[in-house]
Amino acid sequence: MIPGVDGFMYPNEVELQWSLLIVLYPFVTGLVAGAFILASLERVFKVDAVRPTYRLALLTALAFLLVAPLPLQLHLGHPERSFEMYTTPHRSSAMAMFGFVYLWYLTVVLLLEIWLEYRSDIVRLAESSKGFLRLVYRALTLGSMNVSPDALRIDDKVGYAVTVIGIPSAFLLHGYVGFIFGSIKANPWWSTPLMPIVFLFSAMVSGIAAVLLLYMASMKLKKWPIDMRCADTIAKYLFYTFVIDFTLEMLDLIHRTYESDESFRSLDFMVHTRLWYSHVVLQICLGTVIPLALLAANQLWKFREAKRRVMYVTACSLTMIGIFAMRWNVVIGGQLFSKSFLGYTTYKVDLVTREGLLAAIALMLLPFVIFFVLVKLLPPWQESEAHKA
Amino acid sequence: MEITRRDILSVGGKLLMIASVGATFEQITGAKPPPDSYRMASHWWGMIIDIDKCIGCGNCVHACSNENQVPKDYFRTWVERYEVPEGYVNPRVSSPQGAIDGFPPSKQTSLKSFFVPKLCNQCADSPCVQVCPVGATFVSPDGVVLVDQDYCLGCRYCVQACPYGCRYLHPETETVDKCTLCYHRITQGLTTACCENCPTGARQLVDFKNPNDPVHEFLRNNKVAVLKPNMATGAKVYYKNLDGSVR
Repeated sequence: MIPGVDGFMYPNEVELQWSLLIVLYPFVTGLVAGAFILASLERVFKVDAVRPTYRLALLTALAFLLVAPLPLQLHLGHPERSFEMYTTPHRSSAMAMFGFVYLWYLTVVLLLEIWLEYRSDIVRLAESSKGFLRLVYRALTLGSMNVSPDALRIDDKVGYAVTVIGIPSAFLLHGYVGFIFGSIKANPWWSTPLMPIVFLFSAMVSGIAAVLLLYMASMKLKKWPIDMRCADTIAKYLFYTFVIDFTLEMLDLIHRTYESDESFRSLDFMVHTRLWYSHVVLQICLGTVIPLALLAANQLWKFREAKRRVMYVTACSLTMIGIFAMRWNVVIGGQLFSKSFLGYTTYKVDLVTREGLLAAIALMLLPFVIFFVLVKLLPPWQESEAHKA
Repeated sequence: MEITRRDILSVGGKLLMIASVGATFEQITGAKPPPDSYRMASHWWGMIIDIDKCIGCGNCVHACSNENQVPKDYFRTWVERYEVPEGYVNPRVSSPQGAIDGFPPSKQTSLKSFFVPKLCNQCADSPCVQVCPVGATFVSPDGVVLVDQDYCLGCRYCVQACPYGCRYLHPETETVDKCTLCYHRITQGLTTACCENCPTGARQLVDFKNPNDPVHEFLRNNKVAVLKPNMATGAKVYYKNLDGSVR
């Protein structure tokens, strides 16, 4: 009898291959895609109410995108060879192609859009600041110091075009992460054509919730009033996206249950035992039903401002927990059962190993450090705008 | 100085001896044969397994482990014991330490019990090859799925993609490892370590491209199946009398 194993596992299956860090990877890329899609609401779909979060969403996306490859690098047996994915990619591999999707999104979409959005500010800051910061801002201008109305108009037009390209790119970024899992036919827990679309909508949900939380926290820290029109609008979009996400996940569940193919008994048993807490309690009840109820209540009734703020913070925090649990259930859950459908293994998170809990916590704190630096370097709000709110 | 016939014979004989020692030395040191002695395009390797002949002794697992220095608790090949009680939907399956030391006597009064040796199925349409991000795992021209240890990233996507659980991350090299069908042996005209050490001939290395290979008669005369045919991997390990309960 092998410790932690119930029933029969193929001997090489006992040890899990993808650990907590691989849970972080779709979680982080999801936040990127979701934050960018929220930013595009203002830019492309002219939802003016969310204007105060536009730049914040872009910086959030960048902070998380810069960290996204790190969990993968730490996980690799030979991270020094990872560049081979760019130099000699295997074209039939979903993972190899993801490297290019990532690079495209980082350089062509996000960095370009942020630069165009901030260019006039960067030029102004390059002229007004002193010492080392002046050098930094001058470097960030990339030599483009022209801030004439004509030049700014061109910035705006190109920025708009980049955002338009950026929306399908953001869809591609996270839909593709879903495809990496969904295309593994050997694993029935992953193998569903719904996986990319479920990943995409859950990404939007987590990204929108993260930006709303960061916006409210930033306002609180700066002791500025929260623009409730903005918060209400974001909460409304969060609700709509969440309804679609939950519907898709339930569709997957109902479909699996009704079809009851050869893997069903095994997966059903896993959900009722090893995944009960993370799937049913955390993901579905705490992370989906309660935030959905809170957000729905706000669509049906009008609450006082203070109450709405508490409800939004609660709903967004629970949403983040729920989406993290969803990533956990996909990545870890997909490895807890045997491909023989005859047994189950156990996953215990290490504490101080390369793929352990401390590394994961450090990786989750890093985007916030980057975000803090970015906000200091490229302030996402103008004082006048905040006071207007 | 005059060179006599005797001198010529003496020097010639010595040269001949040195040349022959040289040739033997090459063989002893295991130097690679000339590249044209083994033609990859002339072979298409696979294996046939006769379930009824397997006695679950674990010799194959032992031989494989020794031959390929397989790390402890990982397996390039293993043997499963199936016990299928009457009216019981799921069979009881066990493989203690991959059956490297065989099996303890069964306490079950089963309807039927049999052993199933497992190894990489050397799939022609291999999912592991498809997903490798750098092409470190590949199908050789003679039909063996191999891993380039100097190229593998250790991402383990292939481990997830293999439906048969045949791959693992080598704890020392941190690259993926698996059955190579003893490639270092079969290209020298030998059979695999597992086949050589099977006391009942339950496992047999076969070459589908060799018209005289017994595999053709085996496939003609027996009811055979591959594991998980629904995965459509083009598996080249054929089992005779494979029970429907085997996963």
